[in-house]
Amino acid sequence: MITYIARRILWIIPVLFVVSVITFVLMHAVPGGPWDQEKRLPASVVARLNQEYGLDQPLYAQYINWATDFVTGDLGPSYRFQDRRVNDIVADGLMTTVQLGVMAFILSVVVGIPLGILAALGHNRWPDYLSTSLSIVGIATPSFVLGILLIIVFAVNLGWFPTGGWKGPETWVLPTVALAGFPIAVIARYTRASMLEVTRKDYIRTAQSKGLQRSAVVNRHMIRNALIPVVTILGPTLAFLVTGSFIIERIFNIPGVGQFYLNSITTRDYSLLMAMTMMYAFAVAFLNVVVDVLYAYIDPRIRYS
Amino acid sequence: MSAAEVPTVIELSPEDVRREQLERTEVRPAGQKADVLLKVSGLSTHFFTPDGVIQAVDDVSFELGYGETLGLVGESGCGKSVTALSIARLVPDPPGQIVAGEIVFDGIDVLKLSQEDVRKLRGSEIGFIFQDPLTSLNPTLTIGYQIGEAIREHMGLSQKAARERVVDLLSKVGIPRAADRLNDYPFQFSGGMRQRVMIAIALSCDPKLILADEPTTALDVTIQAQILELIAKLADEFHTAVLMITHDLGIAAGMCDRVNVMYAGRIVETATIDELFDDPRMPYAWGLLDSLPRIDDVKGERLRTIEGLPPLLIKPPDACRFHPRCIYEREICREDEPELTRRGSDSHYARCWATEPDGWIP
Repeated sequence: MITYIARRILWIIPVLFVVSVITFVLMHAVPGGPWDQEKRLPASVVARLNQEYGLDQPLYAQYINWATDFVTGDLGPSYRFQDRRVNDIVADGLMTTVQLGVMAFILSVVVGIPLGILAALGHNRWPDYLSTSLSIVGIATPSFVLGILLIIVFAVNLGWFPTGGWKGPETWVLPTVALAGFPIAVIARYTRASMLEVTRKDYIRTAQSKGLQRSAVVNRHMIRNALIPVVTILGPTLAFLVTGSFIIERIFNIPGVGQFYLNSITTRDYSLLMAMTMMYAFAVAFLNVVVDVLYAYIDPRIRYS
Repeated sequence: MSAAEVPTVIELSPEDVRREQLERTEVRPAGQKADVLLKVSGLSTHFFTPDGVIQAVDDVSFELGYGETLGLVGESGCGKSVTALSIARLVPDPPGQIVAGEIVFDGIDVLKLSQEDVRKLRGSEIGFIFQDPLTSLNPTLTIGYQIGEAIREHMGLSQKAARERVVDLLSKVGIPRAADRLNDYPFQFSGGMRQRVMIAIALSCDPKLILADEPTTALDVTIQAQILELIAKLADEFHTAVLMITHDLGIAAGMCDRVNVMYAGRIVETATIDELFDDPRMPYAWGLLDSLPRIDDVKGERLRTIEGLPPLLIKPPDACRFHPRCIYEREICREDEPELTRRGSDSHYARCWATEPDGWIP
């Protein structure tokens, strides 16, 4: 098992390599560059800048430069924030973003899974309708709508929480809820579908034929089996959440890194974009390993070697 | 039994039910066993689907004595399994519902019990063996746990005593090194071994009745024989009655004292196994017997089958349900459904116009 985990973690390296090459090529293939602004810079200035940052070299050479720096832990200079290194930007905001993401993830799991279970147990009765309606609303509501609604109701009207910022627990509540809305809905739907599928299994009939109490049938026989497919989506969900949300960070004025992802694309801030992409790719790859290990824990049929 | 006792009747008018009940009391097989463990009378289980009401089990009556092995034989979809599930009230609801009938098990009127009381009956007094031991065992729990579950639930034994009982049961069903295998999962067992585990679960609380629903259908032939032998041996040892549900008359012949033949939700013939094989009184039973492979079959020839398919059980017409497939059918078969009436002996009943005393098949 340990060698399996080690091998899977080593496999992340080639994955990151491929992702970085593709992103690097695509990024440079897109028209425009980091120096394009509303007011055009003189050609001589652009040439100077390109020379300064090594952007005049052939693409493969630029990639090698970037990769060499990346491996040594240097994420390069930011082209947009010219007084800052990408390392500083990431160091400043990453923990905030990860904290927000992890809190939203915990909230989605703690609310989403029970919501799905309740829906399945009350199939075609009010718990199901309630939970299904909540899920549809959760999936259909964009996070900026949910975020703004939360601010209007709980910050402006009721005054329970501040409208934004990131200074202590009371500022964490609204963004966490706003960010968790969508994953709660998705997890609840997955759990419901999976529970309903398990309900029809032969071994549930066997459990009932033993005269077990309903709670025993549900807790020991249904939920564990129903969670196996749900675990699959938890990995990507966590990866999605910890890499930050541009919208939520903007609305709630949170100093995280999520806002830089989109910004770095529109401003062709090459090194910042690469750093963000690599973080996202690493989160997805690593959390998939975690999910596979969790599988083995939940499902005894799965044993890795 | 009066019509007033019928719990809920849907899709059948009260007059219909009363008439059927009256008719049934006249024709019901006279108690062949003085000590009756299970008495099913007029059981009807329907499934309420968007396409209509499926009358999966329609007016089924039979009795089963203590320690007796009774066969319930018929092809797929004839209502055998639903009959068995109805006895323990395990028919999934929705869409299934027991709409009429009475089930008396060991003196208890099962259909009148509360959910909680019927739960206490399951597993402790009525054990189940299901068809496919792979899908019928929970893949994520150890077999020791799964066997011990009913014991802890119903017998109130301590952890240690329950564990000992599980080991004992596992050795009884012929699993070698039983104590070492408690922590194994179902996928670590072969098909035959899994069915042995299922049998151990069924027997775990020393039930009075085992409902064996096609217990060997998913197994290969050599394992089949072992499993059947094991069921017979343990039923004898535990003095457990067995309702053996099978589509295989050969299995019924080897295991059962008496056999009920079911077709399209109804019992069409009931007889001792000898009577059924010597002198079947219903063309469907002939068809079943005829389709058994024989040792003198010519190699390479096609196996004999009954032409056609069983009817849909949504609003079946008042006619013999087998008539579309029957080579002896006459007008009356299409117009009126025959009753289950006595043939030759007290134990032999059939539902067929042609083999009635004034019928056209002698």
